[in-house]
Amino acid sequence: MSTHRLRFKLNGADRDLEVPADRLLIDLLREDCGATGTKLGCGIGVCGACSVLVDGVLVSACLVPAVFVDATAIVTVEGLARDGALTPLQDSFIREGGFQCGICTPGQLIAATALLGEHPRPTRDEVRSWMMGNICRCTGYYGIERAIDRAAGAR
Amino acid sequence: MTFEYHEPRELGPALDLLARHGQDAHLIAGGTATVLLLRQGLLRPGHVIGLRRIESLGGIARTSDGGLRIGAMATHRAVERSPMARAYSPALTDAFASVATIRIRNQATVGGNLAHADPAQDPPPMLAAFGATVTARSSRGERTIPVADLAVDHFTTSLAGDEIITEVVLPPIVEGTRAAYLKFLPKTADDYATVSVAATLRLASDGTVAAASIFLGAVGPTPIRARRVEDALRGRARGDIGEAAALVGEEIDPVDDARGSSEYKRRMARVWTERTLAQLLR
Repeated sequence: MSTHRLRFKLNGADRDLEVPADRLLIDLLREDCGATGTKLGCGIGVCGACSVLVDGVLVSACLVPAVFVDATAIVTVEGLARDGALTPLQDSFIREGGFQCGICTPGQLIAATALLGEHPRPTRDEVRSWMMGNICRCTGYYGIERAIDRAAGAR
Repeated sequence: MTFEYHEPRELGPALDLLARHGQDAHLIAGGTATVLLLRQGLLRPGHVIGLRRIESLGGIARTSDGGLRIGAMATHRAVERSPMARAYSPALTDAFASVATIRIRNQATVGGNLAHADPAQDPPPMLAAFGATVTARSSRGERTIPVADLAVDHFTTSLAGDEIITEVVLPPIVEGTRAAYLKFLPKTADDYATVSVAATLRLASDGTVAAASIFLGAVGPTPIRARRVEDALRGRARGDIGEAAALVGEEIDPVDDARGSSEYKRRMARVWTERTLAQLLR
């Protein structure tokens, strides 16, 4: 097994570490970087729990080889709030009841952040087509939709 | 999973690696399929060759003759959002936009999709209906393969072990040609199709069908060309398509699975073929 040196930014901080060729991004984040905010759900790219941004692009960390993130900038849920100040989206999730048990919430927040980055005032269809891949077992979808609407309106 | 990972920056070294390691090497493009196959132990290569740094494999551009070239490493999302792809045909961007979720489309590539040869994928039937070809390069040279001839069985292509898909080329569309991609999804919007239908159709000046190209997804080991339907349509008038669409059942070979029984898919194939044709003749 070959090993590979990876230099990348995680939530703005420089990282430099060596990983085996078969490392996945989800394990790089959780095990190697201790950033456990991103959750492993289905492990096959369907549920959205491990949604992260790599160079601003929304992907499933369970499907991305760690070697792919060399020289990139990664944003996880830990990177949203600045100095303890929540983003308008995070605040809206709290105010609108955008979660219940919370396991899917890091992925929901990252997916919605990507959505609002591309569509600051998304239509209902855009919200549903972007968020469709983030599954919530507590069926909190209406709250999630309201939270996104609220955050979009607050901008 | 225990392998050496290589990430060449040019196509030449990638072809050399592939030629040197033969069956012991496997390519990885976006990774959405390959990562799962590696994790499940269905692939056990000694060498994995990453293509993501090879710039010549990217890009989407109109060709000088009015066709479209899509680099093998272009993502599904890049095609879906490409104004040039949309100008070529909205049905093409519809087919790419039908795949799974935005996350998957951000990662999965056009070449990877074709090389994976999953018969339930959305882009291959549409690309085949447009008469697209892939360019396959190896250290021995280059050849052109029609997308319609690329998949030969479940997850099996006619590519040689040392070949890399470098691009997909769509020919110019004959003026007046209409195209559509319809995907039947009885469960969730991010699912694979139960049945999908990709079709292009051109009418003669008298309003009858002059030419049709119809491929179905998810109802056989590869995308299936509905030749009998195409033949039956030729010369027919608008509003006279039900009989032709009914012939599709004789051409397909669906299996029972979680997305429906073989019999159900056969019936749905007829329904969705007719709907696709109706949309094109509207």
